[in-house]
Amino acid sequence: MKKIIKVALAAAFGLAGVATAQAGTLQDVQAKGFVQCGSNGSLPGFGVPDDQGNWTGLDVDYCRALAAAVFGDPNAVKFTPLSAKERFTALQSGEVDVLSRNTTWTMTRDASLGLNFVGVDYYDGQGFMVRKSLDVSSALELSGAAVCTNTGTTTELNVADYFRANNLDYEVVAFEKGDEVIAAYDAGRCDVFTTDASGLYAERLKLTNPDEHMILPEIISKEPLGPVVRQGDDEWFNVNKWVLNAIINAEDLGVNQANVDQMLGSDNPEIRRLLGAEGTFGEMIGLSNDWAYNVIKMVGNYADIFDRNVGPDTPLGISRGLNALWSKGGILYAPPIR
Amino acid sequence: MTDSSQNGGVERTFFLNDPKVRAIIYQVVMVAIVVWAGWSIVDNTATNLNERGIPFGFDFLTAPSGFGINQSLIPYSESSTYGDVYWVGLINTLLVAVIGVFFATILGFLIGIARLSHNWLIARIATVYIEIIRNVPLLLQLFVWYFAVLRLLPAKREALDLGPIGLLNIAGFYAPKPIFGANTWMVGVAILIAIALGIGIRFWARRRQMATGQQFPIGWTFIGLLIVLPLIAYFISGDPITFEYPELARFGPQGGIRVIPEFIGLLLALTLYTAAFIAEIVRAGIMAVSHGQTEAAHALGLRNGPTLRLVIVPQAMRVIIPPLTSQYLNLTKNSSLAVAIAYPDLVSTFTGTALNQTGRAVEIILMTMLTYLAISLLTSAFMNWYNKRVALVER
Repeated sequence: MKKIIKVALAAAFGLAGVATAQAGTLQDVQAKGFVQCGSNGSLPGFGVPDDQGNWTGLDVDYCRALAAAVFGDPNAVKFTPLSAKERFTALQSGEVDVLSRNTTWTMTRDASLGLNFVGVDYYDGQGFMVRKSLDVSSALELSGAAVCTNTGTTTELNVADYFRANNLDYEVVAFEKGDEVIAAYDAGRCDVFTTDASGLYAERLKLTNPDEHMILPEIISKEPLGPVVRQGDDEWFNVNKWVLNAIINAEDLGVNQANVDQMLGSDNPEIRRLLGAEGTFGEMIGLSNDWAYNVIKMVGNYADIFDRNVGPDTPLGISRGLNALWSKGGILYAPPIR
Repeated sequence: MTDSSQNGGVERTFFLNDPKVRAIIYQVVMVAIVVWAGWSIVDNTATNLNERGIPFGFDFLTAPSGFGINQSLIPYSESSTYGDVYWVGLINTLLVAVIGVFFATILGFLIGIARLSHNWLIARIATVYIEIIRNVPLLLQLFVWYFAVLRLLPAKREALDLGPIGLLNIAGFYAPKPIFGANTWMVGVAILIAIALGIGIRFWARRRQMATGQQFPIGWTFIGLLIVLPLIAYFISGDPITFEYPELARFGPQGGIRVIPEFIGLLLALTLYTAAFIAEIVRAGIMAVSHGQTEAAHALGLRNGPTLRLVIVPQAMRVIIPPLTSQYLNLTKNSSLAVAIAYPDLVSTFTGTALNQTGRAVEIILMTMLTYLAISLLTSAFMNWYNKRVALVER
């Protein structure tokens, strides 16, 4: 009876999520049977639902990988579309279990929001898009420009820093929702649209005439994007960290979605450890030993995920660049599973 | 049936059945629940913040903000503090609210009266306006004004020339900027003298009417004074005020006073939307005054104008003021929809950008809620005071 009252009151005051979200997110997730994932909702290639409500994107696939690792089912995940402004509060309050929404890892966010960044799943940098008719070739020629951007992003700060550092006049027009930013830019309210370079390619697809716009060569900031979890729950933090590392390590070891079943019989001890044929690595993080096998089989390694969502064969057509493996000219690197 | 009723109620009833005792118990229980709920919210928040290692405090208000805001009536730059962001946002909110209330009241009264007009066409137009505007969500209207109207305006490097009024394009409205010369103070003094004279004439006219019954055209005299005296001062002091007209330069219009399109869009939507509600309130107020009042006034020999001014409107105001207050409060609170179209109001700058950059959700939301509460309470305090003045004095 006491318990019922407690639960009822907690629910009444909307504190149920807060009260149970302290620790043991993994147990909570296992008990409810799905991962609640905070994602973008309007950024093609990273997080967007199609007209049937199927979510796709690089950030989305991270959550699917997480579900595959925990449940052996990439569909055991529910998505919450979040604006840039809402995202941290949603995670802090326990509304979502993990935030995978093209979120830049910065010191303030890591140290003062009660959150932990899991790692980096996309190395990005902020860029500018302008109309070709504006006839500029460098961001340094943008003095006097109106800049459309998103409220509450690192972008907003970077653009202020950049224009100030280069003594350029500017006017910032900041919208809450990504769709409104691009609509205002498309309407001609702003001369410049700025966000992470990956986002520029994705948003350009939404414009009336994508061909009339160009992306300037300057990259003005470091934007390491990655998933975020609540601070103080090391077990869930570990699960998230190693799912990400497994995805990257799999590419490093040449294990992909297509060949993972063959690779199960591999003699390479590193691959055997990754796929759970040797050791008890899954159990160390509270999962079954075939956790990484499930991730790769059901979602894929980093290359699979990248190529499917943002790679050269997609409308976004982004090349690997910095996001190539460390052994192939990029900086993608994951600690070993051993 | 209990024994006591059969015995004629002499026996003492069980104390819980005493309505007075019950009333006290209910109130004690209610207070306990409210206090407990309040305490548990505060305690839960504090505990959870503590466990997550999220600090609580207002020291962030003195930290530099590092981002730009495109409309500010007080000096603001990227090196200003989060405290400044709060003030910039608050002033922007008040600006749009005050101007919105002003125009919505005028427009609302006009449309409300128009709906009562005997002219069939005018009355129908007013009806259609009210029914359409009242029944479409404000956020949608905001998008229509901002995105649909914005697309129709000339591009940033061109402009619609409105002659002496200024230039208009997608980046905003550019009005001529008055530049006050050295002797401008003389014009100001002339305006003050005109106002003082007006008040003096009003006293004199009242007294004369009391004594002789003769009336004096105070309104026209006052308007005349207000135009003629400053004009004389203006020419005596040697044409001190000049206007800086905006001009079309390479990057669009330069100079003048710029009004950003987000402000125009928000003001239009808020004004037109609230005016529809005010119109209905005005109509209800006028209809609440019975036709007998008009007939009685006419019987006393008052013409239509004075009848409206001295008999109908003062009585209608009693009905109009209380709901009008809610509309003013609504308009102020609705201005927070600004966040959808990038107007830098309190919600957009402070609970939007500042909250995200500092992560101080509890502090910032608390401050913002208290601010809106204070604005609303002040508005209704003022309107209640005004309502008391116009209320029916019963003897």
